[in-house]
Amino acid sequence: MDNIFGFKLSPSSTIDMDKVDFTLFDKLHELEPDAWKCMACGSCSATCPAGTFSGMSLRKVLHCLQRGKQKEAVNMLRCCMLCGKCSIVCPRGINTRHLILSICKLYKED
Amino acid sequence: MKQNIVIVGGGIAGLEAAKRLLRLGYRPIIVEKQDRLGGHVAQWHCLFPDMTPAGEVVSGLIRDTAEANIFLETEISFMNRLRDGYNIMLSNGISVIARAVLFTTGFSLFDAAKKEEYGYGVYDRVITNGDLEHWFNTGSDKRVDGGEIRAMGFVHCVGSRDEKARNSQCSKVCCITAVKQAIEMKKKFPDAAVYCFYMDLRMFGKKFEDFYISAQRDYGIRFIRGRVSEVSEDIDGRVVVKAEDTLAGKPVKVKLDLLVLMSGMVCGRDTESLASMLRLPVDTDGFFKSRNNVSAVVQSPLEGIFYAGACTGPKTIPETLAEADTAALEIVSFLYRS
Ligand SMILES: Cc1cc2nc3c(=O)[nH]c(=O)nc-3n(C[C@H](O)[C@H](O)[C@H](O)COP(=O)(O)OP(=O)(O)OC[C@H]3O[C@@H](n4cnc5c(N)ncnc54)[C@H](O)[C@@H]3O)c2cc1C
Ligand code: SF4
Ligand code: SF4
Ligand code: SF4
Repeated sequence: MDNIFGFKLSPSSTIDMDKVDFTLFDKLHELEPDAWKCMACGSCSATCPAGTFSGMSLRKVLHCLQRGKQKEAVNMLRCCMLCGKCSIVCPRGINTRHLILSICKLYKED
Repeated sequence: MKQNIVIVGGGIAGLEAAKRLLRLGYRPIIVEKQDRLGGHVAQWHCLFPDMTPAGEVVSGLIRDTAEANIFLETEISFMNRLRDGYNIMLSNGISVIARAVLFTTGFSLFDAAKKEEYGYGVYDRVITNGDLEHWFNTGSDKRVDGGEIRAMGFVHCVGSRDEKARNSQCSKVCCITAVKQAIEMKKKFPDAAVYCFYMDLRMFGKKFEDFYISAQRDYGIRFIRGRVSEVSEDIDGRVVVKAEDTLAGKPVKVKLDLLVLMSGMVCGRDTESLASMLRLPVDTDGFFKSRNNVSAVVQSPLEGIFYAGACTGPKTIPETLAEADTAALEIVSFLYRS
């Protein structure tokens, strides 16, 4: 039912770092030490052919993983075509395609 | 006439210039208001980007300047201009006629208590970058030793890039200092989560970016882009930090056992009073104003008055030392000319 007063309560959007479980992200670091190197420049997302249509953004994926939003990350990754364009542009020299595969392996939902 | 050179400030800038002048055959007078030489660097522990012990740098300079005339715990009482020199009255009663004066009075660390929202001096577990260096050196500070450190954070730009704190300038060295201190803390507390709250990471110097990459890749320092807006204390004495995670566009909060405020380098406390003795101009940032900020940084607009180091703006040690050498050379060529 619509609220007749012009507001409604919605859950807090605050990211609580104390509740974030870093176990998988730490594991990812063992497999892909460069996963921690991302400087959030956005080159990968800008060049991603899937990004324009699906919202896929490797920058956001890596960020989500560090904020406990694994579902969001995995959902985005579904749209990746593994074309590898992002690894061409990443200025930190991250082997992004390989990283994406490792993320998929670690975070895959049963 | 005796060619006296007076150096006001016995930090690394003053010492380096004195060393150079001694090697060129002059015997400068160093006036230092504290009871020891070395200025701020004498209080630091290890230096970016190679973790050189700060004590080594300072003791080397002190050794090389043993021949200078050094007055500790002494200040300038007054100063006035003569036809071809300066008359200087020291607080110890001695007066000197100098042909050239070099100001190396350095900077002050921003008083973090002025940013009340960060709780320095109010909460038990909030310290500054200066306090942390002190703890690295002495190993004693009850705010750090007070309990287990499971999570800690660094707040960048405290009192810098802040018009309300009356410092719109970037203090330049605190980004890299935060990265350095974060790595040092991670080494001491490998299991602790270490956060840096930044707006931009200004890694301008040689090997600084590599240091940052290593902080991310090898030490897992967690960088959060967003200025800390407020800090509070919870019932257990931990500090709750709130910021916006601007990369996510969402508020973020975290509980920490220790919070380090990266206080900025602001103009030295005595800049204004010293400048007014000789009617020297002060720049818009409160530091001494050079004759030209591009081509004549070590010169003042007055003949025979020179600057070196952090008294004209935030600087790193190599920049400070290079300026001190330049100033020594400028002074010697000035003395030759006149
Ligand atoms: C937390 C922190 C960490 C840093 N770490 C590094 C690092 O790792 N590497 C690096 O390159 N740089 C570092 N820096 C920068 C470094 O501290 C400066 O470059 C350096 O201190 C500048 O030296 P200075 O001699 O110009 O000034 P100061 O060190 O400020 O020395 C000025 C001297 O002048 C004296 N003085 C002041 N007024 C008077 C007066 N009226 N009369 C007589 N004497 C006076 C003071 O007592 C002091 O001894 C750091 C800075 C900070 C804030
Ligand atoms: S590999 Fe995936 S994320 Fe990278 S550019 Fe191609 S589609 Fe985008
Ligand atoms: S291009 Fe590389 S550094 Fe830039 S956001 Fe993407 S992964 Fe991160
Ligand atoms: S160096 Fe970094 S922390 Fe210091 S004022 Fe500049 S941006 Fe802020």
